Order: sequence, then C-alpha cells, then structure tokens
Amino acid sequence: MAESNVKVLGTWASPFVMRVKIALHLKSVRYEDVEEDLLAPKSELLLKSNPVYKKIPVFFHAHNPICESLIILQYIDEVWTTSASSILPSDPYERSQSRFWAAYVDDKFFPALRRLLIGATEEDKKAALAEVVGGTVVLEGAFGELSKGKAFFGGDNIGFVDIALGSLLGWIEVIGKQCETKLVSEAKTPRLVQWADCFSAHEAVKDVLPDVDKLADFGLKLRAKILKALALTN
Amino acid sequence: MADEDVVLLDFWPSPFGMRVRIALAEKEIKYEYKEEDLRNKSDLLLKMNPIHKKIPVLIHNGKPVCESLVQVQYIDEIWPHKSPLLPTDPYQRAIARFWGDFVDKKIYGLESGKVWTTKGEEQEAAKKEFIECLKLLEGELGNKAYFGGENLGYVDVVLVPFYSWFYAYEKCGNFSIETECPKLIAWAKRCMEKDSVSKSLPDQDKIYDYVLHLKKVFGIE
Repeated sequence: MAESNVKVLGTWASPFVMRVKIALHLKSVRYEDVEEDLLAPKSELLLKSNPVYKKIPVFFHAHNPICESLIILQYIDEVWTTSASSILPSDPYERSQSRFWAAYVDDKFFPALRRLLIGATEEDKKAALAEVVGGTVVLEGAFGELSKGKAFFGGDNIGFVDIALGSLLGWIEVIGKQCETKLVSEAKTPRLVQWADCFSAHEAVKDVLPDVDKLADFGLKLRAKILKALALTN
Repeated sequence: MADEDVVLLDFWPSPFGMRVRIALAEKEIKYEYKEEDLRNKSDLLLKMNPIHKKIPVLIHNGKPVCESLVQVQYIDEIWPHKSPLLPTDPYQRAIARFWGDFVDKKIYGLESGKVWTTKGEEQEAAKKEFIECLKLLEGELGNKAYFGGENLGYVDVVLVPFYSWFYAYEKCGNFSIETECPKLIAWAKRCMEKDSVSKSLPDQDKIYDYVLHLKKVFGIE
C-alpha cells in the first residue's frame, strides 16, 4: 500500500537507518528515502527536525518527525497493525525482554563496536575487541532464550531484537575484517552465525543491508572524520 | 484479580529505583521492597539480573524485569486500567519515549555526574550542559501541569526522581536550579504533592549526605 507523507531521513551506511527501513519493509509501507551525507555539514532539514541530537534517522509520518531508531520502530509497529508482521511480541513480559535486549545492543554492544572501529591505540583496540566478543557470547545466550528453538529472536518472524542487532551485521563484518577476526564466530556463537545468515536473507532485509566493500570504504572515511574531530577537542 | 507476587530489589538513593516505586504506587500495587547492599549484592540480585547485576530489579510472579524504562512500561502494560502512564496515541507515545530516553542520555550520565564529582572549568561546563538539558525539558513541559498533561505520565515518572538529587547538585555546584529553571522546579513540587511521588523519593538532605559520603569514599574533593 502506498503511503503518502512517509519519509526516512538517513543514510545507506547507518545501521540505525537500516532498522527503520527493515521495519517499513516488514509492514509493506512505501516511503520516500532522503539521503543525508554524513561526511558533509548537516542539512537544514536534519537540524530542524532533530534539534535535540541533530542525528539520523529521522522518520516523518504526516510531517511529524520521530527520532531515535528503537522509538521509531515501536511507532511503526503501533501505527501499521494490519500486517501479519508484529515487531514486538504481544505478551507484556516477552515485550519487556525484547526491549531489554534491544537496549543491551544499543547501550553495551554498539558502543564497544564503535570503540573497536575508532580505537586509536593497540591497547584500545584489544580492550574493545574483548568487549565485543564477550558481547556476542552474551547475545548468543539471549538468542537461545528468546528464539525458543526458532530461527529468529522474534521466533518464526524477525522482531525487535533481530532488527536491532541484525542492522549491525554489515559493520560487524567490516570491523571484523579490519581486526582480522570474525567477531561473530562459529566457535563461540554458532547459533548467531546461523541467525545472521537467515536474517540477511530475509525479504524485508536483503535489499537494505549495504555492500560490505562499499561500507568498508565508507568506514575508513568515517573513522578519519571522527578521529580528526576528537583530536580537535583534546 | 489473582494474587500478584511483586518484589522490587532496590537501593534507596537510586533514581532508577524511585521510578519503579512511583509507577507501582500510581497503580496501587502492593509489593515487597528489598534493600540491596551494592557492595555485597544478594544471590537473588545476581540471579535475577546476571547481565548487568544492577538494581532496580522488578520480580513479577518470579520472573525478572530489568532496566527502569523497560520496567515502567511493563508496569503500565500489565496494569493498564489505573493511572495510565503512556498516552494512547502512537505519536504522543513516541514523544514520551523520546523524552524519557533523553532524561537517561542527558540528565543521568557521565556528564551530569561531573556537576558533583569535579571542580573548576570541568564543573562549570557540566553545570552549563545540565541546565541546558533541564531547559529543554522545561520547553517540552510548556504550560502543562505535568508532562503527561493533567495527570502524571511516563516522562514525569522518569524525571521526577532526580529532583531528590537537585539539592546535592546545587550544594556541590554552588548554583540554584530554581533560578535557572523555575518552571521545572514548580512542576517537581507539584509532583511531590502526590503521595505516589513524595513517598517514593528520599529526603533531599539524606541524598546530600549520601553524595558527601560517596565523595569521601572515592576521594573526590
């Protein structure tokens, strides 16, 4: 169904933007894709629609802007309820578990991944690597609990935690290559490896995940930009 | 309604714990409060929150729910009929969640902690950012009695616990939050008129004593 006034302000490289697009694809909602160049100064639209954080993604529905990817996901789930694909579980306890693990991805796992990407010294990188790998083991455990033997964290279908973590898979591969390690390894996290393949192949996901080489190239530019900015503030 | 077994593992000065206390009080849910000694965490805490090993932990019929924002939403969904905390409209819900998340990112975080853990230029910068964030919240409150409108809502529950810490911040930072953000202080006092809030927040002098104690323990001047 074509929806007017549904817009995503973001960039192809951002996992947070990917989350929003996956959710919209799941719900079969058509949207306008507005690209923000992360390597250029921030656009007027971004500054106006997200004055608090000035970050992408910004989701627009009937001209109302919504920020923060996990909040956008819940909004999409609550507005487009006709589809069979529910992003959050219907049971309140299971919902709380999904929210807990998505928060873990954003508050613990992603920051460690980011530190691994921009780590300036060998020591920084080593510490971040240990944290990231430790995190994958924790998530392997979470997968066991939440999936209940099915293919996804959400069970038979992809859900909130699948989208939260799965959107990071491109970056996980790029950063892993940079460190010459498989961050999600068969040895430590066999179920996550299988899950990653299923997730990446999903109808709603496969056209959203970026080309890994293109992402690696972008990663180098982004890392340089971040390190330069950090150097200026020190 | 069937007998509910609700336990809260908590620590009296924790603003995160206070959120859950307020939410449960608003819903008029009876529960068992268990005070944790954070230097000597109980087996129950470690079992119920193995990932973070932190309070608060809400245990409902034996099952744990962790992370205060998750807990408040859970409480709202399990007991929806009394004092609904999140609005029914999806866009308003998104706005409420956004500001709740903002409180966690900006009001409670390493940066605002610097208001009482640092001195000099670093402290001044932290104070400035802290006030700026409070002013943004004042803007969001506007002319409403509460962030939730006519009644306490999600953002009120998430933010008001920090009011118990304001006095300590003011003493350590040598500034007046009321002078900078009078509307916000008026809102906080309005919230404190409700039993669910006043009975869930410790006395601000006690929090100040606790902060002084922490400073001593961590060797902060």
